[in-house]
Amino acid sequence: MRDFLIKLASLNRTTIYLIITIGVLLPLVVPLNLGQKMSPPTERLYTFIDTLPKGSHILLSADYDPSTLPELQPMLEAIVKHAVLRGVIPIVMSLYPQGTGLGIQACEKARLELGARPDTDYVILGYKPGFSAVILGIGEDIRKIFPTNYSGIPLDSIPAMRGVKNYNDIALVVSFSGGSTPFAWVTYANTKYGQKIASGITAVSAADFYPYLQTGQFIGALMGMKGAAEYEYQVNKLLEKEGFKKAKSVFAVRGMEANSIAHFLIMLFIVVGNIGYFLTKKRREA
Amino acid sequence: MLQRKIPLAMVFVFGVISTLQYFVPHPLSQQYYDTMLKWMIGVGSMAIFLALVSFLRHHYVRLRKKEHAPYSAVAILSFLFMTLVGFIGGMGPGSVFQKMFYYVQAPLQATMFSLLSYYMASASYRAFRAKSFEATLLLITAFIVMFSVTTFGNYVPGVPKALEWIMAVPNMASKRGIAIGVSLGSIATSLKIILGVERNWLGG
Amino acid sequence: MVLNLIVFMLAASGVLKVTDIPNDDGSRLKVEYLIPESFDSAFLYRVSGDKSVLIKRPTNKEGVIVDMGLSYKKEYRYRLVVYADTMKKEYESALVKPRASWFDTSQFPLFIVVILYTGLLLFYLQHARSGKSLYLRPIAGLQAVDEAVGRATEMGRPILYVPGLSSISDVATIAALNILSHVTKKAGEYETKILVPVRDPVVYTIAREIVKEAYYSIGRPDLYNENDVFFATDSQFGYAAHVSGTMVREKTATNFFLGMFWAESLILSETGASTGAIQIAGTDAVTQLPFFIVTCDYTLMGEELYAASAYLSKEPMLTATLKGQDAMKIIILVVIGALSILNLFGVHVTLGLF
Repeated sequence: MRDFLIKLASLNRTTIYLIITIGVLLPLVVPLNLGQKMSPPTERLYTFIDTLPKGSHILLSADYDPSTLPELQPMLEAIVKHAVLRGVIPIVMSLYPQGTGLGIQACEKARLELGARPDTDYVILGYKPGFSAVILGIGEDIRKIFPTNYSGIPLDSIPAMRGVKNYNDIALVVSFSGGSTPFAWVTYANTKYGQKIASGITAVSAADFYPYLQTGQFIGALMGMKGAAEYEYQVNKLLEKEGFKKAKSVFAVRGMEANSIAHFLIMLFIVVGNIGYFLTKKRREA
Repeated sequence: MLQRKIPLAMVFVFGVISTLQYFVPHPLSQQYYDTMLKWMIGVGSMAIFLALVSFLRHHYVRLRKKEHAPYSAVAILSFLFMTLVGFIGGMGPGSVFQKMFYYVQAPLQATMFSLLSYYMASASYRAFRAKSFEATLLLITAFIVMFSVTTFGNYVPGVPKALEWIMAVPNMASKRGIAIGVSLGSIATSLKIILGVERNWLGG
Repeated sequence: MVLNLIVFMLAASGVLKVTDIPNDDGSRLKVEYLIPESFDSAFLYRVSGDKSVLIKRPTNKEGVIVDMGLSYKKEYRYRLVVYADTMKKEYESALVKPRASWFDTSQFPLFIVVILYTGLLLFYLQHARSGKSLYLRPIAGLQAVDEAVGRATEMGRPILYVPGLSSISDVATIAALNILSHVTKKAGEYETKILVPVRDPVVYTIAREIVKEAYYSIGRPDLYNENDVFFATDSQFGYAAHVSGTMVREKTATNFFLGMFWAESLILSETGASTGAIQIAGTDAVTQLPFFIVTCDYTLMGEELYAASAYLSKEPMLTATLKGQDAMKIIILVVIGALSILNLFGVHVTLGLF
């Protein structure tokens, strides 16, 4: 038994990779249907959007590229759907050139699955270079930064943009990012203009953002696949209630199930590695 | 000699002005800041051209080496293909360029990112050992955090609270300690460069 | 239907209050309104010269708005038009000119800290001119630089130097480039090849010049090969793939990962660990430090990265700033300690910093 455990504790990389692959694939093929309970930061963001008056505007900034798509895209899609269902108008923009396409993709889903109308139920502004300059510029006049929407239609001719001039008319900004862009939104939009900010971030960088939640500079946050799954699950419930069963998405929920299994496997590896370490140490001492 | 003195003088002048600019909200100061940003974008654009030349030259040279040739060939061909497709068909919705972005680049980048789960498993298996009291404490904390970020975490009473406490108290304390050191270090580095004490960026 | 409106023009005292917002570029005014009677609809206009712009349709009796995008060179008046039944009332504020500030007084405490810290650093720099060398505590990762370069030389394999993935505006990148100069000189002395793949175009041009200059400074310009410092790609994970491939195919003996890193840190360092290379990492990205610690032989944590250049060069002028940093750290510790104790006794002092 001892020899077996010591052997088990000296697995090579390939075996570990194989076990992880099986562990991740299994829940994707055979769904576990675990359900998702909202954690406090997710709940705060969900409730904020859910209780906004109809016709309010939220600015969603897709500040990421395809590398972080699995975690961040379901967040953006779920929030766009949630906003459309609640009659809140999402304005989608990006500080990353590659984020534009991902923002369009999220809005397209809302159009096809919920019948949302472009420029009436949602607006796509596209990409503008110059991080801080763009964030500060929106504080003065959004039309100075984005004179037209992504398709070249002047903002003045877009019904959904009527009455939107600057942060005074935007209830919330949500920055989706795998890097440090939410910091820039806090620094420039929150500190200077008092704009309410929330964020959708990757699990790897989540620890960096806790101080902002603690200080209230973020009204809420979706952290990694877990945050995405919790929000998606909640929006799915709402979709079912509103009769849009087909619009339900399980990308993040399934991903989170696989993620949970991977976490348990890693915990198991650590336990096995430690058992092997102590047994080898004991043998050496003996 | 002038080759060194001019950059050092420029760094000093612009360094001092840019530091003071932070405290001056007047439009003239903002105008200076905007001009600097525009220069940064301008310099960045020129650097992109040099970077592209470097990219192509690097892979062209590697084409002659057997072990690198297939990879470099893919890099050069992909670059040329995307450039051509972008110029000819545009980059708008439905274009080939955008399709390549969605269906080739996006999955490729996401795949690289997902490799992290394998590396994390292998690294924690090899290195996470309860060798000392501190390491054991770290191990227990890691277990709580890992469990709480799974789907099951939110269902066990006390676990979400424990996660918030770990992240907001011990984690934050150590992070702030490091952050204070990092901030002082980065200001000192900037000042050394502004004053011309640190010249390694000029090659030593 | 045509309404017979009775129109009143009223002075705005108590109804409209317009004040300048201090510490800004003169582009904002604070407008407070308190409508004394119930109303059907109301319109708030900004009037400048003969131009009138609707800025808000108030729905509540009272409110505050920050009017933005103004010019500090112009004067503004605000007009509130209120409709109730058949009455129309107009309130007008006095002319107000937004003021552009030359100093942001809200940043005064920070300004004092900057002056204090700069003064401390300058004091120690002046002190260092006497040429006295300072004691530096041993930092294992930096002591190992020579050993790491020597190992690559012995094995006849190249060194890989990754100066982080951030742009040049990140101080960690600048610190990494400072160390690059030292490492290149050391590698040049041993005639060992150094590969520097770069992610940011601006960083690439600077890294190229640094490596070139470092070879020149040790009298070995012949060792410089422009293909060894190159732009890989600006895609984060594309870069990780490229560097991983380079480590595996070039079989680099020593890997340096210094600068700013994000989620790709573990991909880079775990691949390096699998090839058996000796690895020295250093970053101020707190979330990436654990990954480097478990996969690299030596890790420079946070400020150690910034101290590296001084440590490696042993120049008194550079080491003097480390002493200045320590002095400032002591001041901060004393302030944090004192304020925490005061807080325990219910005395809340924030020094205007929060």
